[in-house]
Amino acid sequence: MSTTDLNAPAIALAGARQGAARPEASALPEWHNVRAPDARTTLTAAVTVPPGRRELRIFFSNPNALFGVTFLSIMVLMSIFAPLISPGDPLNMVTTPFLWPGQDAAYPLGTDAMGRDVLAGIVHGSRISLFVGLAATALGLTVGVVVGAVAGYFGGWVDDVLVRIIEIFQTLPNFVLLVVLVAIAQPSALTVTVAIAIVSWPMVARLTRAEFRAIRAKDYVMAARSLGFGCARIIFTEILPNALPPLIVTASVMVASAILMESALSFMGLGDPNVVSWGSMIGSGRELVRTAWYLTALPGLAIVFTVLALNLIGDGLNDALNPRFSEERS
Amino acid sequence: MSSLPRIARALRRTVLQAIPTVIGIVILNFFLLQLAPGDAADAMAAEAGSATEETMAAMRERFGLNLPMLDQLLTYLNNLAHFSLGYSPRYSMPVSDLIGQRLPGTLTLMAMALAIALLIGLTLGSLMAAFAGRLPDRLISIFSLLFYSVPGFWIGLMLIVLFSVTLGWLPSGGSGTIGSDLSGWAGIVDKARYMVLPATSLALFYVAIYARLTRAAMLEVRNQDFVRTAYAKGLSPAVVTVKHILRNALIPITTMAGMHVGGMLGGAVVVETVYSWPGLGRLAFEAVMGRDYTVLLGILLLSSLLVILANAVVDILQTWLDPRIGEL
Repeated sequence: MSTTDLNAPAIALAGARQGAARPEASALPEWHNVRAPDARTTLTAAVTVPPGRRELRIFFSNPNALFGVTFLSIMVLMSIFAPLISPGDPLNMVTTPFLWPGQDAAYPLGTDAMGRDVLAGIVHGSRISLFVGLAATALGLTVGVVVGAVAGYFGGWVDDVLVRIIEIFQTLPNFVLLVVLVAIAQPSALTVTVAIAIVSWPMVARLTRAEFRAIRAKDYVMAARSLGFGCARIIFTEILPNALPPLIVTASVMVASAILMESALSFMGLGDPNVVSWGSMIGSGRELVRTAWYLTALPGLAIVFTVLALNLIGDGLNDALNPRFSEERS
Repeated sequence: MSSLPRIARALRRTVLQAIPTVIGIVILNFFLLQLAPGDAADAMAAEAGSATEETMAAMRERFGLNLPMLDQLLTYLNNLAHFSLGYSPRYSMPVSDLIGQRLPGTLTLMAMALAIALLIGLTLGSLMAAFAGRLPDRLISIFSLLFYSVPGFWIGLMLIVLFSVTLGWLPSGGSGTIGSDLSGWAGIVDKARYMVLPATSLALFYVAIYARLTRAAMLEVRNQDFVRTAYAKGLSPAVVTVKHILRNALIPITTMAGMHVGGMLGGAVVVETVYSWPGLGRLAFEAVMGRDYTVLLGILLLSSLLVILANAVVDILQTWLDPRIGEL
């Protein structure tokens, strides 16, 4: 559906040019009003667009999205190669405390109250932030898609029950529930990840349910059903691929908000106590904010730019996958 | 004209819908409380500092902690029906009193933050829509995305560094000058000075959402027939923008603002710990530190009820704003 929307103007142009070159060809039915829906389908029926190619092109021609992808790739590389960039435990004391950034070339971002290298902390902190962000999103997305698909596809009492459950989870204030869950389960990287997934799946489930309800009624689903396809096959190979665009956009925003939640948790002292994270660095720098504000500012900038990069990617994906919105934008 | 029956119908529908949700939340809350490590007897024994096996067993007997789970659930529901959320051994006062003390602080903070977010968000969104596709639009859009990406607690700390430490304009924490007995106008100014920074830190995230939402809604409304009619009548662009476009664009924004009450409560938890603001969030933080699960779950339950209430208010408000809603 989205492909026809964007291609229509280009094809209209091509049609106009042809019409000007061969005015005698008016015997053929010529559609002057290319905006009419039937004209559009006849015109685009012959045009085949390889799936995904056009979206990728739009995505990569967006400078904001490119910046986001670049920055995020750097962050991912940094987290993978963290032990090579700054060897040793980032929680170890390495030199005199309270070195300001730029004071000592060996420690470009300075040291904290315990003489720990701030740069090493930021480099190693990217691991937990990205891990929790990606893992929690993957988990939340899986649960949300399955629940939403079942509710949207089957309808009836299954739908009623699942919608009630979704509603309960959406009514509970996310962050308060997150704090309660992590406090009860004792903080560790795993419990934080699972807890973030628990608070974020309902949004995905709601979205998936809405998409499935809309797509369920389409002709090709009816065709698949009449061919005797099983429920699972219809859900995963017929409906899900067509419901993906909004889910992809949501996923990038989910990673961003998972990183924000993880940093807020570890800022409050509810993160994994054995791992350095950006939030816990801010939390420990907080007491010294009057004298050594760089200790809170630097890890915070790391969070801001990572989250910004993810949001830029989300925006770019939205523009590429949902052309309806991008037309309104320009 | 006959908006009253319409609103009454909306109210009835909202209440009927809320009942199963409330029951579900209460039951979920109970099971979370069961999952929490240690029970009330453990907590009290720890507070007392000395306890034998026998006194622990006696305490469990007295508080009904050795009963089957279903009986305990019934006791819990019975307590809730009497507005009792349990007893906090740490503060040695009932949880509901404790929450009642802190609730006004959080509510004022949230109201102020919402007001700031709506004011700035609507202004920025209108500007973006007016300059759609041009440089001001791009710039504001990047800024709003930046606001959207900044963690509230971090921007809170940075605002403290700038406005309290470097410039010395605003206080860095608390909710009023200690020991002052200011009243009237001076008292309000004093309170406001303490509230500006926390409310701004909490609001920034929502400024971004409202700005983008306003922009999208205004661009959508702008192309509708009644706007063209308004221009054709010879109204000035400013009047059309404010009275015809913005007013109609407000409806999706009120929906979102109602949905954000829960999010703001969560944000308040973090922001209040940064500014030592005496509210629910700070209480939640203290409860986490003291592993005081009764208080923590009391806060969770009460804040969910607050969200349901806010959603109901928004429903009613919309029925009143837009006569087309709730016709059937």
